[in-house]
Amino acid sequence: MSVTPFRLPVVASLRKEAIEELLARGLRIDGVRDPFTPRNVRVELGVVEKAEGSALVKLGNTQVMAGVKMDVGAPFRDTPDQGVLTVHAEFVPLASPLFEPGPPDENAIELARVVDRSLREVGAVDLGQLVIRPGDKVWVVWIDLYILDHDGNLFDASMLAAMAALLDARMPYYEEIETGDVIVDHGVKTEEKLPIRHRVVTVTVAKIGRNLAVDPNFEEESVSDVRLVYALDESGRIVGIQKSGEGALKREEVLRALEMAKRAAPVYFKALEEALTPAGPGASG
Amino acid sequence: MKVEGVKLIREDGLRHDGRRPEDLRPIRMEVGVLSNADGSALVEFGRTRVLAAVYGPREPPQKFMLLPDRAILRVRYHMAPFSTSDRKSPAPSRREIELSKVIREALEPIVLTKQFPRTAIDVFIEVLQADGGTRTTGVTAASLALADAGIPMKALVGGVAVGKVEGVLVLDIDEVEDSMGEADMPVAGAPDLGLITLLQLNGVMTEEEFQKALDMAWDAIRRIVDMEKEVLRWKYNVGGDSK
Repeated sequence: MSVTPFRLPVVASLRKEAIEELLARGLRIDGVRDPFTPRNVRVELGVVEKAEGSALVKLGNTQVMAGVKMDVGAPFRDTPDQGVLTVHAEFVPLASPLFEPGPPDENAIELARVVDRSLREVGAVDLGQLVIRPGDKVWVVWIDLYILDHDGNLFDASMLAAMAALLDARMPYYEEIETGDVIVDHGVKTEEKLPIRHRVVTVTVAKIGRNLAVDPNFEEESVSDVRLVYALDESGRIVGIQKSGEGALKREEVLRALEMAKRAAPVYFKALEEALTPAGPGASG
Repeated sequence: MKVEGVKLIREDGLRHDGRRPEDLRPIRMEVGVLSNADGSALVEFGRTRVLAAVYGPREPPQKFMLLPDRAILRVRYHMAPFSTSDRKSPAPSRREIELSKVIREALEPIVLTKQFPRTAIDVFIEVLQADGGTRTTGVTAASLALADAGIPMKALVGGVAVGKVEGVLVLDIDEVEDSMGEADMPVAGAPDLGLITLLQLNGVMTEEEFQKALDMAWDAIRRIVDMEKEVLRWKYNVGGDSK
């Protein structure tokens, strides 16, 4: 059951007015950026050696870590010739006074499912290549999103972390033995990468007062009642959408938000590319 | 569900069930179908059949579960175990948890919750048969059930999903089109306010396709909300049994 949040952060109405008035003039509460520009974003790869792939994303003060683990398992009955991709999100209690220990709540589930769909629907990972024996043994790819510090816009940071960890991943060593079983040695990484066909980012646009802004920080999110998350691939196709929050949007706002998302997406793609380029500022060690 | 050998768009341009791309399925709406609930509705889009009930405004089950300046909404979207081809476990799935949130957020903008501080308004949605479009049918049923319960609302909401199959945008997709198609875009909103209250896209669309899909959905939602109004008028003005 989904319940109207009744334990909300209290934002002083003066602060709310300040955020709205700044935005009406094309300015933001957190300093020098306009409504179209995300905060500083940095992607670091290979932050957890024991994971097959990992990444840490810092988007302003928001920090999300993603780990990719792989194992051999059975395919789903209706897709015997495809590997399995699973996304899971943990809102770790150390990340925010609002997070409580316990099983994932509706926000964590929504986040994981939006990231999952954005990767799945466009075929970002070629699951057809992750088959060892059709109908019997396939690779299962787990993406675990770990929210470490919540300063707003968990969608974009999480999507970026998931994508980066997938690009960072190397298949573990495995071999088929006589019994037909497959043994995986997670201690030994091969050079083989995951078959990534598309890069995907999400851009979140928040409606604050009467105006729209990309990449809301926590304070902006607290005074915004609706957000639109656009998942885009590198060619600008829309590969997922999620309206989130208690408010509503006019048609014109939905389309204007799309234009803003398309304009901001290259910032995230660039951060991803920089992390992947050897000797770049975020290159894996 | 995978159905092999089904052509989603036939050679004559019609869909697998004979509809044109812009056609809705046959729709049936009925209000006041349950005796205990304060308001209720049964809505069918083709073989998709969804029951919604509203209780409240009433005291929240736990005292701490309240807001001093408005009512809280509690919404549950749930599928009956027999509603699908393979039995669905009655335990709430991650999908149902997400959809409960998305549906609650589709209703929040239109319910005048400020009129009932410190109370809870409960909306329970049960999918009796799932054949595509269950969340948008759920929003439509919830809108009718809220109205039937006499809960003040800014406007009625309705919902429908637009899909893309074999490159063609099609209105009100059923399960076959959803599972074999390239995109599923559920939309809900209040046409009288010009507000979109639910929007998701599972799949891939170009910007042009997205705009066209949004317009198709919006035009259909107008018609769906008009039907809601007609059903409510019939129930409360013209010869309907009073509750």
